[in-house]
Amino acid sequence: MILFEAFQYAASRATEWRDALGQHLLFVAVALGIGIIVCVPLGFVTARSRLAALGILNAANALRVIPSLAILFLAIPYFGLSFTSAALALTLLALPPILLNTDAAFRGIAPTLQEAALALGMTWRQRLWRVELPLALPVILTGVRAATLEVIASATLAAFIGGGGLGIYVTRGFALFDNAILLVGAISVALLALSAELLLSGLERLARVPQ
Amino acid sequence: MDYLLQNPAIVFELLLQHLLLVSVALTLALALSLPLSVFIAASSRWTTAVLGVLSVVYTIPSIALIILLIPLTGLNAWSVIIALILYAQVILTRNNVAALRGIDPAIVEAARGMGMNRWQMWWRVQLPLALPVMLAGVRLAAIVTIGIATIGAKFNGGGLGRLLFDGIAQTGRYDKIWAGAIAVAALALLTNLAFVTLEHYFGPARKIRGSL
Repeated sequence: MILFEAFQYAASRATEWRDALGQHLLFVAVALGIGIIVCVPLGFVTARSRLAALGILNAANALRVIPSLAILFLAIPYFGLSFTSAALALTLLALPPILLNTDAAFRGIAPTLQEAALALGMTWRQRLWRVELPLALPVILTGVRAATLEVIASATLAAFIGGGGLGIYVTRGFALFDNAILLVGAISVALLALSAELLLSGLERLARVPQ
Repeated sequence: MDYLLQNPAIVFELLLQHLLLVSVALTLALALSLPLSVFIAASSRWTTAVLGVLSVVYTIPSIALIILLIPLTGLNAWSVIIALILYAQVILTRNNVAALRGIDPAIVEAARGMGMNRWQMWWRVQLPLALPVMLAGVRLAAIVTIGIATIGAKFNGGGLGRLLFDGIAQTGRYDKIWAGAIAVAALALLTNLAFVTLEHYFGPARKIRGSL
């Protein structure tokens, strides 16, 4: 039974598996951290300025269309086969979903609510923190979820460019023509993605403003 | 860039393989998704159940899904094609159902009131109204399958991904990586553009203008 073989392989190298998982999670943390820090303020700006929106949103849309493998592999000529290379490429992949969703989130706030906040005498800062951001949060989180799944999936490919992560079992499985080792990588990544989806969709539900 | 200019025949052949893979998968996925969507769109319970199962499939990263199929189909292009069909299925069904459910029931009722039979209602009212949203789904599915087919090259699926993986395997062949990346990016961007144009053509705005 190949599933049993795969489990045995992983169990016999528990520390290696843990390190690979750690590295995979590090990729996710780096890419999403930078993605959120850059794209949430940027999305706030593009939702307000037509000029900024035109250039930046089109660039984000184009970036999203380009296959992730191409983006990942193109980092090599510049940064070599390394963790940095993979982390940079993965960050680039995390940007479009967060940016496009943040933009849509701030655009989608009903003008009447903004007016009401203004009429209540709220300052600019109060409006942002107490009205706009809470209303935009669920949609922003949808973008973060999409970006997380994208990064988890693409980080598997990072092993091909020497980046480590759970993809090492995939590259090793190919090198040794061993389907059981391939399955170790595939099952781990699939479970990671499903848990991330569950966790983040739960968070999204919490953030939703009661109607 | 050099490789692209010096070996246009090789790149072109891989491009054709890529297109073949994507179009076979998309055609089969559409053939499955259309009847499925029409069937489940009529009932909210079915819609929730089927879309729920499909979204779990969509969450699984593509490379993992292809590997999970290997014990069933072997390490060949079929694993890739089945994975492509599954992913496309999720996007297509989700969009088709949204398109069908988005039609104003009053319009369908008006069509019935005009004495149209079921078939006429479908061809002359429901399908034209749902088409722009459905096409957006096909566009998205095409983009996603082009991307995943690139990964499929590692699984003997052929296509432009071969250039990328060869470029990694043969140390320093950055020219191959560039050629593969440029070709596959161009393919994705052009496909996107083609479908956007098509959506615009079938969109309601143009038709209303045309009939006035």
